[in-house]
Amino acid sequence: MSQIMHKKVARRSKIFTTDHRSIGINYLLLSLVAVAIGTILSLFMRIHIIAPGWKIPFWGVVPPEGYLALVTMHGTLMVFFVLTTAPVSGFGSLILPTQIGARRMAFPLLNALSFWLTTLSLAVLLAAFFVIGGAPISGWTNYPPLSAIAAAGPGQAAGMDLWLVSIGVFCLASILGAVNQLTTIIAKRCQGMMLMRMPLTVWSWLVTAILILFAFSILLAAVVLLFSDRHLATSFFIPSGEVINGLAIDPHANGSPMLWLHLFWFFGHPEVYIAILPAMGLTSSLLANFTRKPVFGYRFMVTTTLLIGFFGLLVWGHHMFVSGMNPYAGTAFALTTMAIAIPSSGKVLGWLAMLWRGRDSRVHPLPTPMLFTLGFLSFFIAGGLTGPILAQPVLDAYLHNTYFVVAHFHLIMAMAGVFSLFAAVYYWFPLLTGRLMNERLGKWHFWLSLIGAYGTFFPMHFAGLAGLPRHYAQLTGSTSTLASFLPLQTGITHTAFLLAGAQLLFLINLFWSAHRGQSAGNNPWLATTLEWAAPAEGCIVRRGPYEYGFHRNLPDFIPQCAEDPEQE
Amino acid sequence: MPATFSRTPTDIERKDTGIGGKPPVDRRPTGGGGGDDNWDNHPSGRRGPRELLTRYRLGLSCALAGDLIFFIALVSAFFVHQTAGHFDLRENYVSDWHPLTIPPILWINTAVLLLSSLTIEIARRHLFHEVDVMEEWLGLGRPAVRRAAPWLIATVALGSLFLAGQWIAWSQLASEGLTFTTTQNSHFFYLITATHGIHLVLGILALGIALCALFLLRRVQMRQIVVDVAAWYWHAMGIFWIFLFVLLTCFQ
Amino acid sequence: MTDHIWWMPPNGALHGAAIDHLMWWNLTALTTLFLLAHIFLIAALFRTRKSGNDLSQLRWKFLPLAGLTLLYAWMAISAQKLWATIRFQGAAPNALQVEITGEQFQWYFRYPGADATFGLTRPELINAPAGNPLGVDRTDEHSADDIISSILILPAGHEVDLGIRSIDVIHGFFIPGMRVKQNAVPGMEMHIHFTPDTPGDYPILCSQVCGSGHARMQTHLQVVSENEYEIWLKKHAPEHLGATK
Ligand code: HEA
Ligand code: HEA
Ligand code: CUA
Ligand SMILES: [Cu+2]
Repeated sequence: MSQIMHKKVARRSKIFTTDHRSIGINYLLLSLVAVAIGTILSLFMRIHIIAPGWKIPFWGVVPPEGYLALVTMHGTLMVFFVLTTAPVSGFGSLILPTQIGARRMAFPLLNALSFWLTTLSLAVLLAAFFVIGGAPISGWTNYPPLSAIAAAGPGQAAGMDLWLVSIGVFCLASILGAVNQLTTIIAKRCQGMMLMRMPLTVWSWLVTAILILFAFSILLAAVVLLFSDRHLATSFFIPSGEVINGLAIDPHANGSPMLWLHLFWFFGHPEVYIAILPAMGLTSSLLANFTRKPVFGYRFMVTTTLLIGFFGLLVWGHHMFVSGMNPYAGTAFALTTMAIAIPSSGKVLGWLAMLWRGRDSRVHPLPTPMLFTLGFLSFFIAGGLTGPILAQPVLDAYLHNTYFVVAHFHLIMAMAGVFSLFAAVYYWFPLLTGRLMNERLGKWHFWLSLIGAYGTFFPMHFAGLAGLPRHYAQLTGSTSTLASFLPLQTGITHTAFLLAGAQLLFLINLFWSAHRGQSAGNNPWLATTLEWAAPAEGCIVRRGPYEYGFHRNLPDFIPQCAEDPEQE
Repeated sequence: MPATFSRTPTDIERKDTGIGGKPPVDRRPTGGGGGDDNWDNHPSGRRGPRELLTRYRLGLSCALAGDLIFFIALVSAFFVHQTAGHFDLRENYVSDWHPLTIPPILWINTAVLLLSSLTIEIARRHLFHEVDVMEEWLGLGRPAVRRAAPWLIATVALGSLFLAGQWIAWSQLASEGLTFTTTQNSHFFYLITATHGIHLVLGILALGIALCALFLLRRVQMRQIVVDVAAWYWHAMGIFWIFLFVLLTCFQ
Repeated sequence: MTDHIWWMPPNGALHGAAIDHLMWWNLTALTTLFLLAHIFLIAALFRTRKSGNDLSQLRWKFLPLAGLTLLYAWMAISAQKLWATIRFQGAAPNALQVEITGEQFQWYFRYPGADATFGLTRPELINAPAGNPLGVDRTDEHSADDIISSILILPAGHEVDLGIRSIDVIHGFFIPGMRVKQNAVPGMEMHIHFTPDTPGDYPILCSQVCGSGHARMQTHLQVVSENEYEIWLKKHAPEHLGATK
C-alpha cells in the first residue's frame, strides 16, 4: 500500500493541490527554507557576538541594531515557521489523516488555503529585511512601546509593520489549519478508531489544535491592537508622558505595555507547547516501535498530554516575574508552572521506563530515528530541568533575560524540537519515497549534531549564571565584566558552526536517499499504525495503536486494522 | 499473522493500562463520523448522509470558538483600559476614562439584527422541512428553495440595514466630536463595532453565496449545508453583538 | 573579574546570600537528576531485553513521580518564602530613596536631597542636551536640591528603596552583584528595596531589549561607607541652591 501511496505522491507532488500529502510536503519544504535562513541568521549572530567588526559578504558590517534584527528574525522564523509549521501543519497534513484512516482532511481546500497563507506570511516576513530601516529589532516578543512607536529605533517603522502583518496572516492560517485538524480528528476517523485507540501523535495534534485556537486568536487580537496603536493613533499599549528621542508622543494616554505582555505570553506559552506536543506524541510512538513494547501507560500518556495542554494556558505569567507584575501574581504563576512540570516529568519517566531493557536484538539495535528520539529525550531532560529553576520567582529575578534562559529554551525547544523533527523525517521518509534514508550518514549527522548542540547551548548556562543578558550585540561597554565572556562565547560560536555544518549531512542524505536510498518495502519499521498499512477502502480498526511484542519471532506486532487472528 | 500467540505476563498487565484489553472486535459506535450513526447500517462502512453536514457544522463551531476568544481578548483589553490611569503632576491618580453614551440608534440596530436572526432561522428551517426536501430529492421541484429564498433575501436586507445603522451611529458620534481618536473609550467603541462589522460583511457575503448556491447547486444536501452554515454563523454574530452591546451600554 | 565567568559574581547584598544558597541547592538537585536520568538512559541501552522483566509495573512510574512532585513542592515553597520576604513588603520607612529612570540608552539616578522629597517632573521639559534628561521642573520647591547622577552611589548597610521608571521604552534594571532585577516600564513606577552590604563596584546592566544601544546601556553601582556617601552627597549637591527659584 505505501508503495502505491508514495508513487502517487511522487507523481502528484504538485504545488497547487488539495491533496493532504502534497500539502504536507509543501509545508515541510517551506519549513526547510525557513530553517535554512534562520540558521544562517544565527551564524551571523554568533560571529557578530565575538567579532562585531566582521563584514557579512555583500552586506557589510552589522551595526548593533542589525544584530537585534537578526535575533528577532531568527526567533520569529524558528518559532513560527519551523517549530509550528513543520510538526503541526506539515506532519499534521502529511500523516494525521492516514493515521486515523481518513483519505483526506475534513476540508481539503481550506488546507490548501492555510498553506498559501503561511507562504504569504513567510514572504511578508522576509521582506522586512529589504525595507528602509530593515527588520524589527525588538525581539520575537516585541514589547511595546519599542514596538509601538516607529521612532523608537531603526527597523521599528516599516519592518515592524511587516512583522505584524506577517504574524497576523500566520495566525489566520494557523487557526484555519487547527479548525481543519480538529474537525478531521473528530469527524473523519474510520470505523473502530475510538478515541482511546488513536495513536498518541493524534492525541498530540488534537490538543495542539485546541491550543492553537486559543493562543493564536489572542495573538491575532493583540496584533490588531498594536497595529491600530501604530497607525490609528490609539493607545492600548502606549502610556502617557511617553518621550522618545526627546520627542513627546502625543496624544497617547493611559495605555499599558503590560497589557501586551499579558496578551503576548498568553499566546507565547501555549505556543511553546504547541511546538513540543507533537514531538512528545512521536516520541511515545517511536519508543514503542523501536523497543517493540507497548507504550508504557497509554492512558497515562493521554492524560498527561491533556494536562499539559490545560496547564499550558495557565502559566503565562512566569515570563513576567520581574516585568512589573504584582508579586502576588508571581506566586500564583510560579505554582501553576511547578504544576505543569509534573505531567511533563511523568512523561519522561514513562519514556525512561519504556527504554529499560528496551533494546531488542531482533531488530536493528539503534536505527537513526531511534537515535534522534533518544536525543530528543536527552535534550528534553536537560532543558526541562532548568524550567523549575526559572519557575521560582526569586531565582528568575536573577536569571530572567540572561543566557540561562537562552540555554533553557534552546535545549528544550530548539534542540529537542528539531531532533524530534529529524526523527520524524527519518522515520516517515519511506512513506514518501519508498526508500530508507542512509543509516551511516544518519548516524554521523546524529552524533555531530548531538555534540554540536550540547557544545553550543550547555555553556550558555554559565554565561547566564554569570549575569550576561540576552540581546547583547557586543561584549564591550562601560563595565569591564562583559569582555571576560569572550573566550566562552568564542567556544560557543565554534560549536555552533559544527552544529550547523552537521545539517549539511542531513540535506545530502535527504537528496541522496530520495534517489539512491535502499528500498524500504511496505512497512520497514514493522509498525502498527495505519499510515503503514491502511487498506484503500473501508478500513476497520480493531485494536489499540501499540500492539507490539507478542512474539519471540518477528513479526511481533499486530497492525491496528489487521483481522483478528482468532477469527481466521 | 500468526493464528495463536502467547501473551507474556507483561501483556496481561497491559490490560490495566487500557490498551489491548478491549475485545478485539468492538462493534460499539465510534466517535468516527460523529453523530450516533451505527456504521453497520451503512453498506461498506459508508457514513450517513448527515455526516457531511455534521462535519461542516463542527468546523464552523471550532472557527467560531477561536473567533469568540479573539473578541474576549478585545473585551479584556477594554476592561484593562477602563481601570487604567496615570499619575498626574501632583501624583494624583487620574483616569481618562470618559463614559460614552451610546447613540440610541444602536437599540434599533440591535432589534434589526435580532430580527434578521429570526428570518435566517426561518430560511434554514425551510430547507430542512422534510416533505419539501423529499420532493426536491425526488426531483419533483424545488419547493424548499422557493420558500427559503425570500427569507434569505430578507436577511441580507436586514443585515445591510444593520450595517447602515452602525454607520449612522458612527456619524452621529463623529458629529458630536467623538471620533476614533478622541478618547480611549471612543476608540474601543469604534474598534469593537468595526471588527464586528467586518464579521457581518463577511456574513452578508456568505449569505449572498448561499443565495446563489441555492439556485446553482444540484445536490439537496449541499444546498442545505451552505444555508445551514451561513445561518449558524449569522446567529453567532447576533449573539456576539448582544455581548458587545451589553458591554458598550452597561459597562461604561 | 575574569575568574567569575563560570558562576554568579560575588554577592554584595544582604538578601543575596539566601538566593545564592537556594540557587546552589536547586542546581545541585537538578544536575543530579540530569546525571541520573542520563546514566539510566545509557544503562538501559546496554541491556537487552529479557522478557517479563521490565518496568511496566505502576510503581516504577508513580514512585519516582511522587518523589519529583515532592521535590517541586519543596522548590516552590522555599522559593515562595524567600520571594515573599523580598518582594511582598515595601521598604522600611527610613530607607534611602533613590529614583531610577531608564531612557534610551542611559540610566539616571535621582536623589531627593536634603528635603527628602523628589521634585516634580514634566515630560514636556525633558531635554537631555540642555541638561535636563528627566524633565525636572526647576520651578518646584522640592526639585532645587535634587541630585541627578549617572552612576549609583549607595552607603553600605543602609536599606535603599529604588523607584524605577522609564520615560520611553521598557528597560531592565539589573545589578548582578546585588541579585536585583526589575523591569522599568513607562507609565509605571516600580519599587524594589534591598540592603547593599559589601562596599565595592558593581556593574549595572540593562536586561530588556530596548533598541540599538541596549548593550551599551550600562553603568556602575558604587557601594561606599556611610561617610564617603555623605561626602559624595555634599559634593554633588547643586551649588546654586535656590538660585533658580
Ligand atoms: C526552534 C527554535 C530555534 C532554533 C532551532 C534555534 C537555533 C539556533 N539558535 Fe536560536 N533562538 C530562538 C529559537 C531557535 N534557535 C529564539 C526563539 C530566540 C530568541 C529570539 C529573541 O530573543 O527574539 C533565539 C535566540 C538565539 C540567540 C540569542 C541571541 C541574543 O539574545 O543575543 C542565540 C545566540 O547564540 C541563538 C543561537 C542559535 C544557534 C547557534 C542555533 C543553531 O542551533 C542553528 C542550527 C540549526 C539547526 C540544528 C536546525 C536544523 C534543522 C533542520 C535542518 C530541520 C529540518 C527539518 C524539517 C523542516 C523537516 N539563538
Ligand atoms: C518547547 C518549548 C518549551 C518547553 C517545553 C518549556 C518547558 C518549561 N519551561 Fe520554558 N521557555 C521556552 C520554551 C519552553 N519551555 C521559551 C522559548 C522560553 C523563552 C521565551 C523568551 O523569553 O523568548 C521559555 C522561558 C521560560 C521561563 C521564563 C524565563 C525568563 O524569561 O525569565 C520559565 C519560567 O518559569 C520557563 C519554565 C518552564 C518550565 C517549568 C517548563 C516545564 O514544562 C519543563 C518540564 C520538564 C521537566 C521538569 C524535565 C523532566 C525530566 C525529569 C524529571 C528527569 C527525570 C529524572 C530521573 C528519572 C532521574 N520557561
Ligand atoms: Cu535599556 Cu536595554
Ligand atoms: Cu512559558
